[in-house]
Amino acid sequence: MSPTRRPRTAKRGPKGGGRRMPLLRLAHARSGDKGDTVNVGLIALRPEFYPLLEREVSAARVARHFRGIIKGKVERFELPNVSALNFLLHGALGGGGTLSLKTDAQGKVFSTALLRMEIPVPRGLDVE
Amino acid sequence: MRTIRIASGQGFWGDWLEAPLRQVQGGPIDYLMMDYLAEVTMSIMQKQRARDPAMGYARDFVPLVARLLPDLVERGIRITSNAGGVNPRACADEVVERAQELGLQGKVQVGVVTGDDILDRLSELADRGHLLANLDTGEPLEAIRDRVQSANAYLGAQPVVEALRRGAQIVITGRVTDTGLTLAPMIHEFGWAADDWDRIAAGTVAGHINECGAQCTGGNCLVDWERLPNMADPGYPIVDARDDGTFVVTKHEGTGGRVTVASVTEQLLYEMGDPSTYITPDGVADFTTIRLKQDGKDRVFVSGVRGRPATDSLKVSLSYLYGYKAVGTLVYAWPDAYKKAKKADRILRERLARLGLEFEEILTEFVGVNATHGRLAGEPDPNLAEVQLRIGVRARESAPVRRFTREIAPLILNGPPSVTGFAGGRPKVEEIVAYWPALIPKTEIQTQVEILEA
Repeated sequence: MSPTRRPRTAKRGPKGGGRRMPLLRLAHARSGDKGDTVNVGLIALRPEFYPLLEREVSAARVARHFRGIIKGKVERFELPNVSALNFLLHGALGGGGTLSLKTDAQGKVFSTALLRMEIPVPRGLDVE
Repeated sequence: MRTIRIASGQGFWGDWLEAPLRQVQGGPIDYLMMDYLAEVTMSIMQKQRARDPAMGYARDFVPLVARLLPDLVERGIRITSNAGGVNPRACADEVVERAQELGLQGKVQVGVVTGDDILDRLSELADRGHLLANLDTGEPLEAIRDRVQSANAYLGAQPVVEALRRGAQIVITGRVTDTGLTLAPMIHEFGWAADDWDRIAAGTVAGHINECGAQCTGGNCLVDWERLPNMADPGYPIVDARDDGTFVVTKHEGTGGRVTVASVTEQLLYEMGDPSTYITPDGVADFTTIRLKQDGKDRVFVSGVRGRPATDSLKVSLSYLYGYKAVGTLVYAWPDAYKKAKKADRILRERLARLGLEFEEILTEFVGVNATHGRLAGEPDPNLAEVQLRIGVRARESAPVRRFTREIAPLILNGPPSVTGFAGGRPKVEEIVAYWPALIPKTEIQTQVEILEA
């Protein structure tokens, strides 16, 4: 696994001002495995953050975030009732549970790996 | 309204041994649910039974129950557990024996649920056209049938309900779903119909919250993790269930951890697929209908759960011998810890190639740099105090993996400097038992319930 990181383009906020923030400041998460698939539940820290997560954290955006780390596609399911999104990352564990050679063979820390992702946050939203 | 309190005592085989005792002694409960089984657990138990026909279950369950029994009998607390693994009858016999040793003759009835184990029926099932195709790949079981080590259908709550109805105080099962162990007491106590889909779904959600022990009461919970109180003595969850399908998730007073909407939501999403279609043998639960509300300190009220009819098949979990793997580690110290570890990795790979060893996969991770988040972690600090080189290999044959395990230690004397952390000795060659999910019609599985008297 290569630790190199591609250079980032200049940070740019959403229209009308704003800033980019890691999901860590907006959400918490838990991940687990099913075969070679990892699920990451992404939960808004406050219900008012949920619409922003729903808008910005698309399956395609998550697939880009994990490019080179997972082999398969990304699916997204919405649970607005608990202000959460559930992502399925396929081909994520090098064969799954017992076959995997990874330290994280059961996908337990894909949760915080997703929380590294940065999204644009409108000025109006009050984030601690 | 009448409620029953179903406490979670174990979230997996290897969970905290103190938890069940604290659940029984820490306050009022009616049921103690203990979940022991994961996908890989069944194959481990199968191997143990192959070596000794009296084995094949969670052995630590027996002394645990023995410790609890006097309290259970005095207070009428009942246990539901899948500790029976691939040999529930042997597990139950042991529990009966311990009850007798404790002088509890005539006071304990142990229910045994069997019928999930189809290992001996695979040829017969194949003959009748049940291909047990892999749910993920579509491949028929035929491809690996001679390497199958265990095969179990996931049973639902109903046989556990039957055991409770017939008076069992302790119900020991094989592969009953984790959720069924919490759902069964509700069906039994409230007399829910098997097709009361919303209530069945509600009990299933309760089971999902309960099944991982402290993972819903603050364990492994990211929110405010540093300030969670008294995590040396975490309270395990208790589902306070009502007849109408609503319930409160709580824990005993005075225990550590925290029950909040956040902690319960994290557990709700754990190992979740499509949340609108959570399939169990008992019914289909729609997790997008769940309502959570903080109902005072360490109490979360759960309501609104909707369900749909059960499907006509059961999931089967098979395990089979796949191959071998080994993982070796070395620790490199400052200065240039990461560079040294990378150099050692290149040297090792060159040696493996020269030896002509063939592997399905070789994976290198640098613990302290990229083992958990890969490239997302960015470039490491050049002054890192240490880096662990962790290199793993996998092959279908054991020989190349065995040879690999001899190539780690030499690097200590003939590779990059400032290396340590090899006290564990040569890496161990591990057999890989892989998992094969499939479906079978419900009509093919007949469960049996037996009641043993202490």
